[in-house]
Amino acid sequence: MTDSKYFTTTKKGEIFELKAELNSDKKEKKKEAVKKVIASMTVGKDVSALFPDVVNCMQTDNLELKKLVYLYLMNYAKSQPDMAIMAVNTFVKDCEDPNPLIRALAVRTMGCIRVDKITEYLCEPLRKCLKDEDPYVRKTAAVCVAKLHDINAQLVEDQGFLDTLKDLISDSNPMVVANAVAALSEIAESHPSSNLLDLNPQSINKLLTALNECTEWGQIFILDCLANYTPKDDREAQSICERVTPRLSHANSAVVLSAVKVLMKFMEMLSKDLDYYGTLLKKLAPPLVTLLSAEPELQYVALRNINLIVQKRPEILKHEMKVFFVKYNDPIYVKLEKLDIMIRLASQANIAQVLAELKEYATEVDVDFVRKAVRAIGRCAIKVEQSAERCVSTLLDLIQTKVNYVVQEAIVVIKDIFRKYPNKYESVIATLCENLDSLDEPEARAAMIWIVGEYAERIDNADELLESFLEGFHDESTQVQLQLLTAIVKLFLKKPTETQELVQQVLSLATQDSDNPDLRDRGYIYWRLLSTDPVAAKEVVLAEKPLISEETDLIEPTLLDELICYIGTLASVYHKPPSAFVEGGRGVVHKSLPPRTASSESTESPETAPAGAPSGEQPDVIPTQGDLLGDLLNLDLGPPVGGPPLATSSVQMGAVDLLGGGLDSLMGDEPEGIGGPNFVAPPAAAVPPNLGTSMGSGLSDLFDLTSGVGTLSGSYVAPKAVWLPAMKAKGLEISGTFTRQVGSISMDLQLTNKALQVMTDFAIQFNRNSFGLAPAAPLQVHAPLSPNQTVEISLPLNTVGSVMKMEPLNNLQVAVKNNIDVFYFSTLYPLHILFVEDGKMDRQMFLATWKDIPNENEAQFQIRDCPLNAEAVSSRLQSSNIFTVAKRNVEGQDMLYQSLKLTNGIWVLAELRIQPGNPSFTDLELSLKCRAPEVSQHVYQAYETILKN
Amino acid sequence: MIGGLFIYNHKGEVLISRVYRDDIGRNAVDAFRVNVIHARQQVRSPVTNIARTSFFHVKRSNIWLAAVTKQNVNAAMVFEFLYKMCDVMAAYFGKISEENIKNNFVLIYELLDEILDFGYPQNSETGALKTFITQQGIKSQHQTKEEQSQITSQVTGQIGWRREGIKYRRNELFLDVLESVNLLMSPQGQVLSAHVSGRVVMKSYLSGMPECKFGMNDKIVIEKQGKGTADETSKSGKQSIAIDDCTFHQCVRLSKFDSERSISFIPPDGEFELMRYRTTKDIILPFRVIPLVREVGRTKLEVKVVIKSNFKPSLLAQKIEVRIPTPLNTSGVQESQISAEIELLPTNDKKKWARPPISMNFEVPFAPSGLKVRYLKVFEPKLNYSDHDVIKWVRYIGRSGIYETRC
Repeated sequence: MTDSKYFTTTKKGEIFELKAELNSDKKEKKKEAVKKVIASMTVGKDVSALFPDVVNCMQTDNLELKKLVYLYLMNYAKSQPDMAIMAVNTFVKDCEDPNPLIRALAVRTMGCIRVDKITEYLCEPLRKCLKDEDPYVRKTAAVCVAKLHDINAQLVEDQGFLDTLKDLISDSNPMVVANAVAALSEIAESHPSSNLLDLNPQSINKLLTALNECTEWGQIFILDCLANYTPKDDREAQSICERVTPRLSHANSAVVLSAVKVLMKFMEMLSKDLDYYGTLLKKLAPPLVTLLSAEPELQYVALRNINLIVQKRPEILKHEMKVFFVKYNDPIYVKLEKLDIMIRLASQANIAQVLAELKEYATEVDVDFVRKAVRAIGRCAIKVEQSAERCVSTLLDLIQTKVNYVVQEAIVVIKDIFRKYPNKYESVIATLCENLDSLDEPEARAAMIWIVGEYAERIDNADELLESFLEGFHDESTQVQLQLLTAIVKLFLKKPTETQELVQQVLSLATQDSDNPDLRDRGYIYWRLLSTDPVAAKEVVLAEKPLISEETDLIEPTLLDELICYIGTLASVYHKPPSAFVEGGRGVVHKSLPPRTASSESTESPETAPAGAPSGEQPDVIPTQGDLLGDLLNLDLGPPVGGPPLATSSVQMGAVDLLGGGLDSLMGDEPEGIGGPNFVAPPAAAVPPNLGTSMGSGLSDLFDLTSGVGTLSGSYVAPKAVWLPAMKAKGLEISGTFTRQVGSISMDLQLTNKALQVMTDFAIQFNRNSFGLAPAAPLQVHAPLSPNQTVEISLPLNTVGSVMKMEPLNNLQVAVKNNIDVFYFSTLYPLHILFVEDGKMDRQMFLATWKDIPNENEAQFQIRDCPLNAEAVSSRLQSSNIFTVAKRNVEGQDMLYQSLKLTNGIWVLAELRIQPGNPSFTDLELSLKCRAPEVSQHVYQAYETILKN
Repeated sequence: MIGGLFIYNHKGEVLISRVYRDDIGRNAVDAFRVNVIHARQQVRSPVTNIARTSFFHVKRSNIWLAAVTKQNVNAAMVFEFLYKMCDVMAAYFGKISEENIKNNFVLIYELLDEILDFGYPQNSETGALKTFITQQGIKSQHQTKEEQSQITSQVTGQIGWRREGIKYRRNELFLDVLESVNLLMSPQGQVLSAHVSGRVVMKSYLSGMPECKFGMNDKIVIEKQGKGTADETSKSGKQSIAIDDCTFHQCVRLSKFDSERSISFIPPDGEFELMRYRTTKDIILPFRVIPLVREVGRTKLEVKVVIKSNFKPSLLAQKIEVRIPTPLNTSGVQESQISAEIELLPTNDKKKWARPPISMNFEVPFAPSGLKVRYLKVFEPKLNYSDHDVIKWVRYIGRSGIYETRC
């Protein structure tokens, strides 16, 4: 007898017939009818009309029929709540059945009936089942608590089920323990603050014991729960790791991955000098490799996770390159992931092998895969300098194949190679130019145009080449248009005599005939630059470019740390935090790796607990291309978004990713500076030092800190300086300064209209900055600003804006809008506007803190030619909220001990050495100690400014 | 956790649909059909996110199994569960086909109710499931109280994979060492990568709750034992093999393996996979393929392949197959045992065809890794049979995995 016949009844009047059969006296017929109902339900037919008839079949001792009826109930109870009440009695009765299988079935089904009216009736049976003598019933009841909590959380708390569930963690049966852990973990997730899963060494011990005895699934629940625990010290972490490592030999890949998660997380706490640390690292590699012989879907999950692990701890798999070689029959998703990992593991030691493989892959059929392989060859060139030459020749071979997408991809990567190794491989340009006509993808066209522009002086017919692109200018994509504009300007600056016409043409195409604002803006910038100051134009446009990064597509370190906590889960597959794809409150708890805490050291010194891995180990991430100007132009007046950096379209200027997010936590505004986590040298913030020069003579040095005389009411106020010259802002000139008076910071602005039209609708916005400075009120310009009129405005600021570390630290990027356009400028604010009024530290505290901050954080400066005595220095500094805590006289020298606090709670301690009465020694010696040593330089500048004015 | 589980036929018609969580609506069934099964392009990932709902799928012949969730579930667990689900179904009704699924849909619902509770996988060992989920459906009144509690204690117990009271007249066990050799060789005959992935499959017909101990020529164990007598070490050292990594069936006590490297367990009744392992060192490659490919002009390809065997002449290899890939539009293949000539029709000169590697299939009666079973001891203290009474059989089979030579 088969069941497939139930799927075939589709005739009319079916419901009516079924109704009759359901009410038949014959058991067999009844069962047949219920099966038909379930079959209809599966294919999506509405059989809810049969509810009372099906429920009538519930009271039976035939387990199969009972299960079918329950299945029906789970599906339709919600749409028929009143009818569902009819089932309550049977449930209550079944929960007392002598057969444990029936008791469990009842309690399991009960929880799936999501009808409020019913849930109340179910509390008593559930309570009994939680204490049932049979473990099968208990393990089912444990899950039922989670079900009930999903329907009515309050009810579960009121009924005390959570406590019963907690007791089940000590149950004698391992499967009951595992299900209780699973249920509690889920409930705890929706109450992040509650201490529901009260994990302590005792309960951890219980879980570890159950781990050895329960089913494979139970082991996963327990390991995933363990991963949320933070051991109190390295010894506890090690002992847990020791008991978890045997799981690495489990046949179930999920058990292995969850064990890897626990180990990766707790490893953070182990000292690298420990023998055990090395042992553990060695133990991790083989199981990870074994995962690659699992079914392809699991391989995919494993590879996505290995991608994270390789970024976090490259040493684990550095010798395992071969296992990531692509097999001909791998599914495409496995191939692409393997390729990704191959690039990450490429090093000088294995580069020959890797290149040979990549070359092989580049002849495959799948277009995506081939492209990625070609791109990978370029990455190798950039990553391993010794291989660059071989990579370039491989790429040239590939270009010779004339396969269209291979050629285009190769040109895109060769452009990157040129940027990394300037003036080294220009001999290949001729070959590249031969393929100009076959390029039809914007990225490849843009790359080729960039190459022509960059090396215009060596390409004899550069003007012809670029001119050929110009013909269809308006049909090109923005990326190509922008690149073409820049390339022709470069060409003009290099060969001004022959190309004047060409540059005129492109400028007018970009500014007058285009309606793309980005293109127009850039066109105008070039135009003005070229017409006002060609020398400056040359400096800006042909500025030396910062290095491009060796590693690309690296996951931002704080996100990486979070994802390590999610190994094995969907988050690790998507490479996104759960909040990005999970709705509602669930799973949005931010997880982070445990800090390293050695049991032998006192846990009070926060220096030993950096939030991430030691910075030395992280590869320096230089932000990918995307230029300052490009990003400034992208900066909208909407809220700042952490969007991706501008694509490779514009690489001719200083590269810094203004909007890259994620550094917030590094600069977190702690209410208390002491004891809180402090700055960690952020690996992602290694911004090229020549940022300033890339801005040309433009903006950064406009604000002259040392000029002029300030008023001494409140903090020192520098005279206004021109921040935005009228020339650059269609006639709007902005000058300004910063003040701090009785606790409030403001930006004093002077707006002058040097244009011929009236200006209205002013608005201002700041980009994210190091200390979260933001306008506290909108920019109020009451009347329209007529030509030649000037208005003075004081804009109150607060420090609760978004935080992103800037370089230099006190850099502030501002956008101002009026009815004409949006203008951007950047300025440096003096740090003393951030010194708060309650920055005076208690003497004892000062002494303790001074000792506590490690010596490497101490910075020494000299303040030259300052003929003031101790009193004068002290009072002058105090008016800017630098407080003298103590004063000492040592061998005729006055020592001032001072403290100050920044708005984000960072304390800076200072020792100032003054030699009074010695006219030949007017230099002051300043020692600064701070947990965030980056600020010292700027604090010193503030001292200079205050003392010299 | 898993919010729902759907099974579709190749047309995308839903055969089984079981929803476990309230956040998964009926439209999820259609979303998967439209976006994955009926998708115009080939699926590029086994995990698909559609409107904040994640779908995990595996395919068995032309049947799609999809697990769906809205939470950050353990992805590895979901796939392991889907495979397990396939194993369980196969154990009940054989091949997973539309016909079989329709014929057993009540059973499948019953299984889904048992092995997945609120989306949490529960005991899914077929041995245990078969005691209380039967095709006919058990009548509760026929079970005694002891039988019932025996079932529940087995399902939840420490030894969930074996029930008590098994009796055989003849205690017998079979061990199969099944290995697949994987090779990737360059056209010049250089080994790019090679590894053996092996499985030890045991079929046991043993009475009671037998305690078993399995031993093989694992280098680490041999060296540990041979510490005292250096002579023995050097002798046995040759025969021992270095195992890169191994994983075990859940019956094996992992902590014991971790500390003593001994493999001890109480086996499930019948057939199961005791362990999987991987080796990369000193692999005996049974065959060498030496390709010589010449493209003669634009329309002709000459392929010469030499195969050399690399084992004792007394052993016989079987099921030997050499696959020489040719372009789709190949015609006029001249084939003989010694050489093959292939002619090509003109192809587009800009788009080269990718030349896939030459692959081989074979089966040899030895373990290419060199693994040897040293012993499998059986102790059953409660019943009166000893290790000597058990009839044991060992068999070695080496098969080709992905055995490719690029050309």
